[in-house]
Amino acid sequence: MTKPLISVKDLTLRFKTDEGLVTAVNNVSFDIAPGEVLGLVGESGSGKSVTAKSLMMLNAENSVYDDNSSITLNVDDQDFDVLSLRRPKDQMIVRGGAISMIFQEPMASFAPAITIGDQMVEQLLIHSDMTAVQAKEVSIEMLTRVGIPVPAQRFGQYAFEFSGGMRQRAMIAMALSTKPRLLIADEPTTALDVTIQAQVIELMKDLVEEFHMSILFITHDLGVIAQTADRVAVMYLGNLVETGTVRQVINSPAHPYTRGLLNSLPKLDDLEAPLTPVPGDIPSPLDRPSGCVFHTRCVESSAIAEKCRTEIPGYTTDSANHQVACHLATQGEQS
Amino acid sequence: MSKDVLIAARDLSVHFPLRGLAFGERPVVRACEGINIELEKGSFFGLVGESGSGKTTLGRAMLKAAPISHGEIVYSDSEVTYDLGSLKGAELKEYRKRAQLIFQDPYAALSPRMTVRDIIAEPLEVMGLTSSRDETDARVRAIAAKCRLNLEHLRRFPHAFSGGQRQRISIARALVSDPKFIVADESVAALDVSIQADVLNLLNSIQAESGITFLFISHDLSVIAHTCDFVAVMYLGQIVESAPTRKLFSETAHPYTRALLSAIPSLDPDVRGHAQKLEGEIPSPINPPPGCRFNTRCPHAQERCRSEVPEWREMSSGHHVACHFSEELSAALGS
Ligand SMILES: Nc1ncnc2c1ncn2[C@@H]1O[C@H](COP(=O)(O)OP(=O)(O)OP(=O)(O)O)[C@@H](O)[C@H]1O
Ligand SMILES: Nc1ncnc2c1ncn2[C@@H]1O[C@H](COP(=O)(O)OP(=O)(O)O)[C@@H](O)[C@H]1O
Ligand code: SF4
Ligand code: SF4
Ligand SMILES: [Mg+2]
Ligand SMILES: [Mg+2]
Repeated sequence: MTKPLISVKDLTLRFKTDEGLVTAVNNVSFDIAPGEVLGLVGESGSGKSVTAKSLMMLNAENSVYDDNSSITLNVDDQDFDVLSLRRPKDQMIVRGGAISMIFQEPMASFAPAITIGDQMVEQLLIHSDMTAVQAKEVSIEMLTRVGIPVPAQRFGQYAFEFSGGMRQRAMIAMALSTKPRLLIADEPTTALDVTIQAQVIELMKDLVEEFHMSILFITHDLGVIAQTADRVAVMYLGNLVETGTVRQVINSPAHPYTRGLLNSLPKLDDLEAPLTPVPGDIPSPLDRPSGCVFHTRCVESSAIAEKCRTEIPGYTTDSANHQVACHLATQGEQS
Repeated sequence: MSKDVLIAARDLSVHFPLRGLAFGERPVVRACEGINIELEKGSFFGLVGESGSGKTTLGRAMLKAAPISHGEIVYSDSEVTYDLGSLKGAELKEYRKRAQLIFQDPYAALSPRMTVRDIIAEPLEVMGLTSSRDETDARVRAIAAKCRLNLEHLRRFPHAFSGGQRQRISIARALVSDPKFIVADESVAALDVSIQADVLNLLNSIQAESGITFLFISHDLSVIAHTCDFVAVMYLGQIVESAPTRKLFSETAHPYTRALLSAIPSLDPDVRGHAQKLEGEIPSPINPPPGCRFNTRCPHAQERCRSEVPEWREMSSGHHVACHFSEELSAALGS
């Protein structure tokens, strides 16, 4: 087996706030192989963005990592212990070098008063030893690659002069111009119309192939996941509750929360199917439930309610790929 | 007007003049152009289209909150008949009670300094619909209960609520004046799937109980398909196709509807890359393309499409379309 590009182990991240320590990510482990697309799904506030930002050490000042958390990046057969990269100079390997990130709101990632082109060039000058002339050439080539018409002219324009879809493309172009090994895409299509979303998904798939990149694809849209991911991780209240191949997770979900998400989705091939929401609201991260974090909303726990309320479920181990943190699943495994 | 239609737009156009240009012909934004729709009493009427297609503008015109530049909108319930274009004074006030809006963004729509009780009660007080505080309170409580908000909720401020709860507050506020017609503009777009399912179920049950007619605006066809009995598809200020939901899906007649449908990411990981790629983006409504407005992106456009505006015609009972080649394309492509 090839070595994972990035390996996250026991990641626990808390924020210091006025109301006390808030656990945003709890004991999360996952690997991403070279060329693999890992989809990360979960409701808003479940900790997807915080997890992603950890990979680049981009979390806010008030964040505290637990001691046994580790993130290992393997580039050119060299291991980097990401969480120990303290000096800004060392962090260059992850910030815009080996890892690039694109955000949900592309407007926020471009400075409003600098042209798109100048921002792309600046990035390349920092992260490579190109000359300004080469950087401009590469930037225009990237804008062409992502399907921006008349790129030489667009190069000199500002973000506000771009439509939403074009901004998203320009951001992808900028993120990819440094040829990262891992692209983190945090809800890259959520703000887009379906027609434009389809274009962006297509574009990202082509680019994975062309550059043999890995992608951490964050979205709350299971349809988008089904269309893009090789493997899927489902997050609830800072915990990964299920991880598996896209077919395992979407076609035979094993965690009650994953099943709940799928049952709330309107399905085009069955207009009569009722929409069944997961009951109740997501608990406050200040007030994490005991035992299984999902027990306050689980509709499948009645037979083992006491156990769910008091014991933290471990992961199933029956299949190397499909891991589920639920007592029902681990019990099934034993019997 | 036939007996069972509550509100109808006929050849409706809404134009916004652009300010600040000193000479030449003053350009206008043609946000809606030549719209014909009829909403049957007690129906759940869906309006779908890309961002900027004019959905909100059409909804606002039907609430008499956007200017009618051409054509007419006629509202008629069992008690009154109004021509919205000329509606004013006491009649306009009366219409405001009968027609209500559920906001696109509940976060922006709710005043942070008002309690939930006051937010829901405001329309009653502004319109003078109740004669005592007790009566107001009773109305507020009854509506709140319908929207699954309890007495404890009513005393709190909106910032303390989750997105789904805030949306239920907006719905309660829209319902409190006992309207006959409600425009729900992107009421679930900002919500997680589970909360979205919950709010959709709530709207459907309110509609079934009260017989209120809904104009449900969404850019998400799968949400529309599950919620609405009738759908109109909008593109660049015009309705291009409208039909009972089932028919729209089984006998899709307009190339744009077909593109929208195929762009919805399938939940099946084994059905990948089937999106019929729609090139480019929606053109500007200031200078819409001549002929069929979709011709710049339509994969089937021909010479005739670039010069001749397709007629809005009834293909079969209740199924309208504006495309020169619907029959030929349906025969060639299937639906
Ligand atoms: N008051 C106004 N003045 C000028 N142009 C306007 C005004 N209101 C809307 N428009 C324009 O009319 C067109 C239709 O806008 P509208 O808000 O109705 O679209 P929409 O379909 O609701 O889009 P979205 O899905 O983004 O909400 C857009 O081009 C918009 O910029
Ligand atoms: N700087 C911060 N200080 C305190 N809490 C934070 C901070 N950043 C994020 N959080 C909290 O961490 C949790 C996870 O957030 P996030 O990763 O943004 O969720 P998602 O991306 O899944 O919607 C949330 O409860 C959020 O409020
Ligand atoms: S452990 Fe119990 S509460 Fe948690 S998901 Fe499984 S059945 Fe539900
Ligand atoms: S009229 Fe022509 S351009 Fe318009 S939708 Fe039909 S085929 Fe396409
Ligand atoms: Mg996020
Ligand atoms: Mg709108």
